[in-house]
Order: sequence, then structure tokens, then C-alpha cells
Amino acid sequence: MKSYDVIIIGGGVVGCMTARALSRYDLSVLLIEKNADIGMGASCANSAIIHAGHDPVPGTLKARMNKLGNPMWTALSEELGIPFKRSGAYVAAITPEEQGCLEDLKRRAMDNGVEAEIISAEEMIRREPKVNPKVKGALFTPAAGMVDAFAACIAPIENAIQNGVEVILETEFTDFILEGRAVRGIRTNRGDFACRWVINAAGVFSDEVMHKAGVRPDFKITPRKGEYYVLDQSEFEMQNILFPVPSAVSKGTLVLGTTHGNVLVGPNSNLNPDPLDTSVTGSGLAEIWASGQKLVPSLQPRAIIAVFAGTRATGNASSTASGVDYHHDFIIEAPEEVHGFINTGGIESPGLTAAPAIAERIIELLQESGESLPLKKDWNPIRKPRPRFNHLSREEQKELGESDPAYRRIICRCEMVTEGEILAEIHAPLPAKTYDAIKRRTWLGTGRCLGAFDMPRVVEILSRELGISPLEVTKRGSGSELLVRMTKDVEADDDPQR
Amino acid sequence: MTTEHQKLICVMCPKGCTLEVDHEGNTVLSVTGGCKRGHEYVRQELVDPRRKVASSVRITGAIHPLLPVYTSAAFPKAMIPGLLQLLRKINVDAPVTTNQVVIADALGTGIDILASREMRKVTAS
Amino acid sequence: MTLKDKYDVVVIGSGPGGLAAAISAKKNGAQEVLIIERDVEPGGILLQCIHNGFGVEMFKEDLPGPSYAQRFIDEAISMGIEFLLDTMVLEITREHRIFATSKRRGFVDLQSKAVILAMGCRERTRAQVRLPGTRPAGVYTAGTAQRWVNVEGYMPGKKFVILGSGDIGMIMARRLTFEGARVERVLEVMPYLSGLSRNYVQCLLDNDIPLQLMHTVKNIIGKDRVEAIESVAVDERWAPIPGTEEIIPCDTLLLSVGLIPENELSRKAGVAIDPVTSGPLVDDHFQTSLPGFYSAGNVVHVYDLVDWVSEAGLTAGKAAAMDCTRGQADTSRVIPVTPGENVRYIVPQTIHPDHLAEHDIRLQFRVRAPMEYPVWVEARAGGKLLTRKPEPYARPGEMVTLPLRQNLYDEVHSMDSISVAVIKRG
Repeated sequence: MKSYDVIIIGGGVVGCMTARALSRYDLSVLLIEKNADIGMGASCANSAIIHAGHDPVPGTLKARMNKLGNPMWTALSEELGIPFKRSGAYVAAITPEEQGCLEDLKRRAMDNGVEAEIISAEEMIRREPKVNPKVKGALFTPAAGMVDAFAACIAPIENAIQNGVEVILETEFTDFILEGRAVRGIRTNRGDFACRWVINAAGVFSDEVMHKAGVRPDFKITPRKGEYYVLDQSEFEMQNILFPVPSAVSKGTLVLGTTHGNVLVGPNSNLNPDPLDTSVTGSGLAEIWASGQKLVPSLQPRAIIAVFAGTRATGNASSTASGVDYHHDFIIEAPEEVHGFINTGGIESPGLTAAPAIAERIIELLQESGESLPLKKDWNPIRKPRPRFNHLSREEQKELGESDPAYRRIICRCEMVTEGEILAEIHAPLPAKTYDAIKRRTWLGTGRCLGAFDMPRVVEILSRELGISPLEVTKRGSGSELLVRMTKDVEADDDPQR
Repeated sequence: MTTEHQKLICVMCPKGCTLEVDHEGNTVLSVTGGCKRGHEYVRQELVDPRRKVASSVRITGAIHPLLPVYTSAAFPKAMIPGLLQLLRKINVDAPVTTNQVVIADALGTGIDILASREMRKVTAS
Repeated sequence: MTLKDKYDVVVIGSGPGGLAAAISAKKNGAQEVLIIERDVEPGGILLQCIHNGFGVEMFKEDLPGPSYAQRFIDEAISMGIEFLLDTMVLEITREHRIFATSKRRGFVDLQSKAVILAMGCRERTRAQVRLPGTRPAGVYTAGTAQRWVNVEGYMPGKKFVILGSGDIGMIMARRLTFEGARVERVLEVMPYLSGLSRNYVQCLLDNDIPLQLMHTVKNIIGKDRVEAIESVAVDERWAPIPGTEEIIPCDTLLLSVGLIPENELSRKAGVAIDPVTSGPLVDDHFQTSLPGFYSAGNVVHVYDLVDWVSEAGLTAGKAAAMDCTRGQADTSRVIPVTPGENVRYIVPQTIHPDHLAEHDIRLQFRVRAPMEYPVWVEARAGGKLLTRKPEPYARPGEMVTLPLRQNLYDEVHSMDSISVAVIKRG
């Protein structure tokens, strides 16, 4: 049985950030992910915002982790090459009633230690001319920012891999191997692995994992789905993050520019019994469109290029802070009842923002549990981003193309992604082996034609580079093969011509 | 025999005219709508329906694995499934020129199967 | 071939529009003509349209797509037109400087006297028709499936549902059936066919493929791969009718829900775009709003017939060549052609009355709503009837053509605009 010091369950942003944080120390670390790629759950299907932290209930772990996590993104984005822009964000009040809420929101921000100012309607319109002209005023939080959510997963995990962490995909946790009250390892669909520590970073499945360890039997994830529209940047441009005045259950439907340039409209928040159900619904899409138009009336349906949905890992953990009445707080703990288990759960928004702080908190918990955590001598904090043809100047493009001719062949015409970029991802530290894996890394197939042009070409490249048949190329792992047979290989049983 | 009234959509050209036909069995009594070619189509369709068929065959040594082919004339409709099965068994070698005969006298119809384009021989690089 | 720094005419795209434009430019006096094509061989989408039905207007022959393309390719090569293949144009400046990139040739930076935009069109996607459901493998546009099945030799599924009764959708229904797949259903949200009637006969009826008008996809079902789609009937306003839902097991959903002219390069260059067609605003020589920029084919508006695309290319190519030899763009007076009753748009959007002194001008357009009764297609100027022609019916799926004859010059040249309408006859 292979043996590790630490095994992380789950390759979402918490798992990836934790892996990177652990890679600083002289430990053997394994991260397992049940999907064919990391970041396939909520970590990448969200608003991609680094929240300032004005919104969480003061005193909660959510509020603390948000406040701690937010400033870490400056250094992280530089070290790891994560697209990140500290743009600030606006909560725009459209009605007089909403305007009345701005003072309360500002007070909450102050309680959370988050800088915030109320700006006038004129100033809001000046900063974002697309905002509803009826706007009455807005709360501006300068610390907020936008990030490439997938890069926020892939960059730290690649850096972790560079520093010795192992990652295995399509590997599903099934149970703990316990010896009395101590963790000795885990069981998976790919066999058993021994370890001294297990970290639960299983997102929407974090409740199931902790229950297997006998921890918090009453904790339950109640998944809530959020649906989104993506608008084509060439049809509809916006640089800012606009929140509506929040409701009791969520921060509401946003309209925001992204680091990539596309505009996002979403999410809503609806109960979703099956956490794996990320389907979009007609009613949900209508709902977010109507809400989005309240903030930005000029939204154009013809600018829509994609729809998606993500599932929030909404938990039912009560805040442990005295005097705080809040029951959807984060869990980050080393439960007393099991040795060798670090537990997280209920990591919904602002989980992306908080992830690096959660990772550091996990390190503290290990240290508090007596781990000495000696530093690696040769730890390298730098992960260089790979070139993106579309973001380069004409001169830089030319230079890149001269260094490797594959960077001169465009595969995706909308996002201008080159063969060179695809090859680099297929041969990266965590190889991209599926269509979606390449898509999330390069933005290929995310433009106007949604992959209609590039897909046959990408199948060909994946087949060639991975040495597999095009029939074995998948969208996102086993079971999602894109093609079914050769045109002329008609099996007798499905030939209606007979 | 009773007179039957039928509506047919002409496929002779992209216009797709609706033709109304009265016929007794294979004997056409009258056709309204469409042009002269359409009236010919009606007669043919009632007696011996035929279609141009375009498909492909395997090719070796060319830029693509399939060579598009077509029938030199409209093919008896009832024999099209047999033709498609035959095409699945054919494998030609590049080079092929446009209108090269891939199968002569397919299924004894006197109709040839022709290459729709040229495909040169490529040497694997 | 050695690439030159300067050309008289550069054509972007080697589909039917681009090929015809290049040939026509060369024939009409342009010396150095170059076609830039992103694929590894010329011909464009015609190469994957292996079905017949092409060339009836142009050659009075019924040809498969590749044969139709081959004729133009052979002619272009024999005339000495240059091809730059496997090359993607990155940018065209207002001053006709073209930046492109090619794996084999490296970066391309060249100058042209005139540019002909012939990038064709792209397919509308599931997001653009706001299809709900999961996002598994097995949802493809009909054109992508066509490339796989006809060119690359792979089947993207075994059991299909096709959304949209456009020509590509119906033609793919037949192709897939021919290659041993099952097509369970073709669904069309409109109360009428969106493609040509003859494709309904030859592709669907002939192969017993059921078509359901006023039906759409309510839900896509399946986690990793499509497992079924849920269809639903809709009313006249496209609202789903509760209780009409049906689960249709299938592994693939093909979308044939419309084509959009591909004009990213045009937009970036500053060419004015018609919001209705999504193509450049053009005059009767297919000159765009920018001097020296012409456009031809589906990049202007989506045609029913490739023959018309080639015709447009011939016109654009000739005009571009004249531009080069004359040394400047055509500056004669233009007047707008405006859509009247039941006309959605008209191409060209403007005409030069002076051109009528030299040749007929062809107006092409689509109606908004189907008229299943005899109609007049007519053009008026200042309220006065210029010309009209009878048609047995008018359908949005079938483009309408109305020629303005040369003999109208006297009546038109002093007018400020022309309007076109399709009205009930009798």
C-alpha cells in the first residue's frame, strides 16, 4: 500500500490551495479527485469574485476567512500567475427602499473590518455607464476583485506538483481506514492508501466524508444551485462588478465583467437535491435574466454565448462565536473524536476568496496537533503562467510563433487559441486529457461558436498526443466520449437499412 | 380502378413546388402546379421513384479517410439501401480524380458511382 | 509559392463566395489575387456538404458540394490565383493591411488594394437558443457532426434527435440514416419548415423520419453523455404547452437552429454591420461601408443556394478589381433600399442608381411571415410601382429575388429611396 503523510480528498479550490500550502513542508502529500480534472465542482462554476468581505455575518468563520483570504490574492496571483484584478465592487441600489439599505450594508462592512464607501448615483453612473439609470446610489468596496476561477485551482495544484505533491484523478474516496480513533488511511475505487492525516475538502460531498469518520452526524449539505449566463465580450462589454442589494438568502444576481473579458449574469439560488445536477432550467434562466436586467437594462439576449450552473455546498453548521446566531457557517477543524483528520465543510461563497486562508488555517491546525512541519529547503513558490496567444501584442505573438510553430496555428477562432497552447496543456504538470480540461485551461470553445469549429480539431490533437483513438477522447472523463464509431463501421444490429 | 388525388412536392430543383396529381394507378390523368420538369417528376415518381444518392467510401493514402461519391444518375429508390451497404465495403486508393468511376454499373443498374472530388496521394509526414 | 508583400485583391475565405470573387477579380483586371484560407485545403464548408443539389442555377447541373467547389478551385488554380492555406487572419486594418498566422509560413503581414470578406457563417449554438438542461457530451451543431461524419469518418452518435428543420439539419438526418444511425425526430419550433421543401421530401419523408412542427427541446437529460431529450409542443408565441412533454431516448442532439454571418474581422476593421442580417451593409456591388472592403456570400446574409453565393462573389470580385484599376472606390450617389410590408431585410441595403445604366441589379430578401397564397413581390419608389413579379407563395425559409431591370434607370435615378414589399395577390 502506498503511504503518505497527508491525503487531501477533493481537488476543488480548497483542496488545491491546501495542497500548495502543504507543499512548503517536508511532507509526502497526495490529493485525490473523483472527476477527470480538478476544479470541476463549485470551485469553477461561480461568480469568480474575490469578495471584499462586507457581506458575511460579522463574527462568523466565513467573515474571518473572507477578511483574511482577500488580501492574500495579491501575492498569490503574482506567484502563481493567476489572472486577478482588484477592481472593487459595487452594491447598486435601484429603488428608494434599496437605497435605505446601503447604510446598513456599510455598517456591516465596518463591523467586518472591510473598507466601504457609499457613492452617489451620478458617481455610480460615471464609473459604470451601463448601470440602470434609475440607480439611487451604491456601496463601493475597493478590496473586491475578479479572478479566473479555474486558474485559481490549476495554478496552485501545478505549483504543488512542482514541489512534490502527487495528484490522482478519477479516484473516489469510499471510506476511512481507522485504527481505533486514529486515521490510518483511506479506501478508494483505485485501492487503499495509507496516511497519517486526511483532509476533507470534498465540497458538496464534505458531509458524506465526515460522516464516514463519525464526525458531526448532524451536519448536512443542502446543495443550492446557481445558474449563469455568459455574454460575448465583443457584443457586450463591462469592466465592473455590480451586486444588487442582497436578500436574506443570497447576495443576489450579479452582472459583472470577468478577468477574461466576458460578462457574467447570475446566479440565482434554488434548492438542488442532487449536488451533481448542474443542469440549467428555463425558469432559472428567465429569473436571472430578469434580475440582471434590473441592474443593467441594456443586456442583449443576442450577446449570450453560454449558460452554466454550479452547486453551492451550503451547510448547517452553527457559528461557534459567542452571541452570533448564524447556522450556515464554514467548518474548519481538527475534530477531537478522530486523530489524523482535518475537516472542512459548508464551504460556499465566499469559499473561493477564503480558500488560501482556509489552507493556512489547516496548516495551523496540523501544527496545533503536534506536527512539526519542517520547511522544504528547495520550495519554489513560483508557477509561471503559460503564454496565451490572444492576450499578447502582435510582436509578442510573432516571437512566440518563432519559438514554436505550433503557436502559429489557430485552433479556436473565437478565442484565438493556438495548437501550441493546447499541446502545452496536454503536457503540463497536471496533463489536460479531456476536451473540457483543455477548454477550462485555454478558454478554447468558450466563444461565440461554443466549440463547433474547434472540437473536431481538438479531438484530433488529443488523440494524437495521448496515443488514443478519437473514439476514446472524452468531454470530461469516462462515459463522456464524444464519438461513437467510425462512419463506415455499421454494426449489423443498429443498421436499419437491413 | 379509382382516381386518386395526391399532393407531391417536386424535388427537381430547389424551388420545391407543390404538385397536385390525379392518377389511376400508374396512369397520370392530370398534374397542376410546377413546370414541365415537375410533371416529368410526377410520372417518374409514381412509376419508378428514383433519387440521386451522395455518400462516401473509404480511401487510403489521401488527406481524409473518406472520399465523397455520387450516383451518375438518379438511383432506383428501392435499391438505395443495397447501394449504401455496397459503398461501406469499398476502399479505394489515392490518388483519385474528380468524376473517376469508383463503381461501374452499381447493382446492375447501369448507373456508375463517381468521385465527387479529386484526392491526391499524400505521403505521411 | 513565394508570398508577395502587396496584392491587388486579397480574399478572406475560400468557400464558394471567396472562390468566385477571386476568379472574377482576376478576370476583371486584378493582377495579383490571393485567397487566404484557414483550413488545409480550399473549398470551405462545401467540402463537407457531400450531398448533391448544388449548381442547378450556375451550371444547370445537379452536383455534390465537393464537385461544385472543385470546378472553382480548378479554375482559380489555372488562372494563377494564389492560395495561402492553413492560415488564420488575425486582423485587417482600415488601410487594408492584413495580419495572419500560419504554422508553416509563420507570421504574414501584407498589403492589399482591395479586400473581399468571404468568411461565411457560423452555426447558432444551444446557448443562443437558450436550451435548458445538462451539458453532457452529445450536443453538437449539425455542421460539426457533418464534418465528423463526411470528412473525418466518425459518427458522433447512434440515436439522434435534431432540433431545427434547417437544410443542414434535414440533410444530416438523411446522412446519418444512410450511415446506419437512427434519427428519432426532427423538431421545429416554428409552424413551418425552415429549410427547403424538397429536402423535407428527400431527406425526411424518404427515410421515414418524423418531423414535428411547433415543437422544441424542453430539457436535455444525461450527465456524461446525452441520454434523452424532453420535447414539448409550443404555441404561436413559442410558449411550451404543459402536458405535451415527451421523453425521447437518444444519445445525441443535433442543432440546426440557424446560421449567423461571421463578421468578427469585419467589425474589428470598422465595417458597418446590419443588425438584422448580422452581415455588412452593402451596395449593389457588395461594397461595404469602408472603401476597398467588399464582401461576398454568407458573410453578408445567409443564402439558401450556393449558386447565389457564387453569383454574389462574381459581383464583388468584379467591383473590387475595378476599384484597383480605377484606383479609388465607387463614389457615385447611393440610395437606400428599404424593407416594406412583410419584408425582413434586403440585400443590398443601398444601390447606385448609376449602375442601372450599365446592368440589372438583383435585390434579395426574406419575408417575415409565411404567405401560403399567391403574392406580388414589388418595388416602389416615391409610391410609384417600379416593378413586380408574381410568386405562388412566400416563405421565410426561401429567399426571394427581385431584379431591377436596366430599363428602370430613368425612373430610379432621381429617386431618394426604393422600398420592397410582398403583398397578397388578387
